Amino acid sequence: MEENKPKYEVFVVNTAQYYTLLTKKHLMRKKWQPIDPNEVRSLIPGTILEVYVKAGQEVAAGDKLIKYEAMKMQTIIEMPFTGVIKEVMVSEGDKVRKDQVMILLEEEII
Amino acid sequence: MSLKRNILDLRRRKKEAQQGGGEAAIGKQVAMGKKTARERIKAILDENSFHEYDLFVEHTGKDFDMEKKVLHGDGVIIGTGTMYNQPVCIYAQDFTVAGGSLGLMHARKITKIMDHALKMRVPIIGINDSGGARIQEGVNSLAGYGEIFYRNTAASGVIPQLSVILGPCAGGAVYSPALTDFVFVVENISKMFITGPGVIKTVLGEEISMEELGGALVHSEITGNAHFYALSEDECFEQIKKLISFIPWNNTQKALRFPTQAPSFPVSIEDIVPSDSHYPYDIRDIIKAVSDSSDFFEIMELFARNIVIGFGRISGNTVGFVANQPMYLAGVLDCDSSDKAARFIRYCDAFNIPIVTLEDMPGYLPGVDQEHAGVIRHGAKLLYAYSEATVPKITVIIRKAYGGGYIAMNSRHLGADFVYAWPTAEIAVMGPEGAANIVFRKEIDEAENPAEMRKQKIQEYKDKFANPFVAASKGYIDEVIEPLETRARLIHSLEISEHKVDRRPTKKHGIPPF
Repeated sequence: MEENKPKYEVFVVNTAQYYTLLTKKHLMRKKWQPIDPNEVRSLIPGTILEVYVKAGQEVAAGDKLIKYEAMKMQTIIEMPFTGVIKEVMVSEGDKVRKDQVMILLEEEII
Repeated sequence: MSLKRNILDLRRRKKEAQQGGGEAAIGKQVAMGKKTARERIKAILDENSFHEYDLFVEHTGKDFDMEKKVLHGDGVIIGTGTMYNQPVCIYAQDFTVAGGSLGLMHARKITKIMDHALKMRVPIIGINDSGGARIQEGVNSLAGYGEIFYRNTAASGVIPQLSVILGPCAGGAVYSPALTDFVFVVENISKMFITGPGVIKTVLGEEISMEELGGALVHSEITGNAHFYALSEDECFEQIKKLISFIPWNNTQKALRFPTQAPSFPVSIEDIVPSDSHYPYDIRDIIKAVSDSSDFFEIMELFARNIVIGFGRISGNTVGFVANQPMYLAGVLDCDSSDKAARFIRYCDAFNIPIVTLEDMPGYLPGVDQEHAGVIRHGAKLLYAYSEATVPKITVIIRKAYGGGYIAMNSRHLGADFVYAWPTAEIAVMGPEGAANIVFRKEIDEAENPAEMRKQKIQEYKDKFANPFVAASKGYIDEVIEPLETRARLIHSLEISEHKVDRRPTKKHGIPPF
């Protein structure tokens, strides 16, 4: 039986330390990241139909950035604030996952 | 004139129809390591008890040349039989006939046997092995699914509904099992998903195998869709038979009664639990130490392992156990464990099964992921389920009962009929470490040696509050008992509550947080 003895990990719940096993799902969980307003991410998986901007381009709030199709619906993503395109990470025809970074922005400092 | 000719004709017709998809298709089924639909039914029911209906039903598809095709029984076998000499209804999709695809008549057969089960108030067992909707029958297939779901819902909480996934079960088809009480899966055979690997690859470019996407283990460990995981079909059938032995035939009856057996757990109940509450043990050992023959039938063994649920017997009667598991995640409550326990409590309540709660729980799992996953509303399900349940409810606090978790785990305040605590119980608003930091912050901060002072204050708090006697002095605990007295107390409490009546305000139904 000795060799079957489980390896307990230290697990903290409200400042108390417990010795316990961890579950696979607990180990699989993603660490929370604060939302970065300079990242334009896909909301659901889809295909890029059109990219309207290039790196280095100055874009006004409300201008078109990307047209993409997801779940048989075409959606246009607009510029959230006036600024500069730092990097375009997708091109036409690309398939994007959920939450994939498509464009990096830089806010214009006036 | 003899009837012989007609009888022989009937026999010939039956034999032909019972072949299902024919030898080649049966060969393929066997090559996949699967039994045929008919073999499965026979393996589950009492010997020679199966009676089949609608063997000669034919499909009604008229498009895409379907009218030229013969599909025996339209890809599903329905009938009645017995288990433990008690009647049950059963259906099994036959993958050898057009991939077990669901057309209008296929669905009609299933709804017919479901209606029968509900009317006769007997359990229904559904064996799923189907490629999905029969595309050639178009919207008729969708109608068929809808009519099954409607009946699943109507029968929910009236008769036991068991779903056995023995093949693919994809798209809309997955929702019938999801609406039923218990889902059985088998390694390498069961596959459940809404959109399959093919679609995922086309749309997303993500490659994943069927097994990794919706195999038996995924649904047992990650999604919580399956309740029983087996390595073979035979093991699965044994699980079905065992489950059926613990549950009543309908919501007006009680489960079959068995002769009382003493527990046979080899370790004394006093020696299972470490005295230091920071160290783990297997709560199932305690359940075994108080159950008849130490026989505990666990449900959802691999999902949310920080809480344990399942059936056992005390004095020959079925009880549902809900117990925190210190061995996994220290036994915390979280989204998944609350959800798992809450549904089981509602099952027990619907089917007149008393609930025994064993508590050793340090609190709710802290973390952004938990808060954002909605631990408030998932946790509320547990409060709702316990408060709503009118079956006998007994709680034994083994060690930790802190904070909101103390309330949630069938406390007196949620209507527990009997609350016992071991002398090792720690019932307080939070653990001594956390409490000392808050209550004695000033003393600790101002001390010459804050670490030493903190240690001292933790001990002070522990001595004063982290015990069962404060709660006992308010009557929140009925009695502080010795571990060895646990089984006797449970037996007596169940005897006392045999004829429990607990009426709630009349309503159509409540609005639980799901």
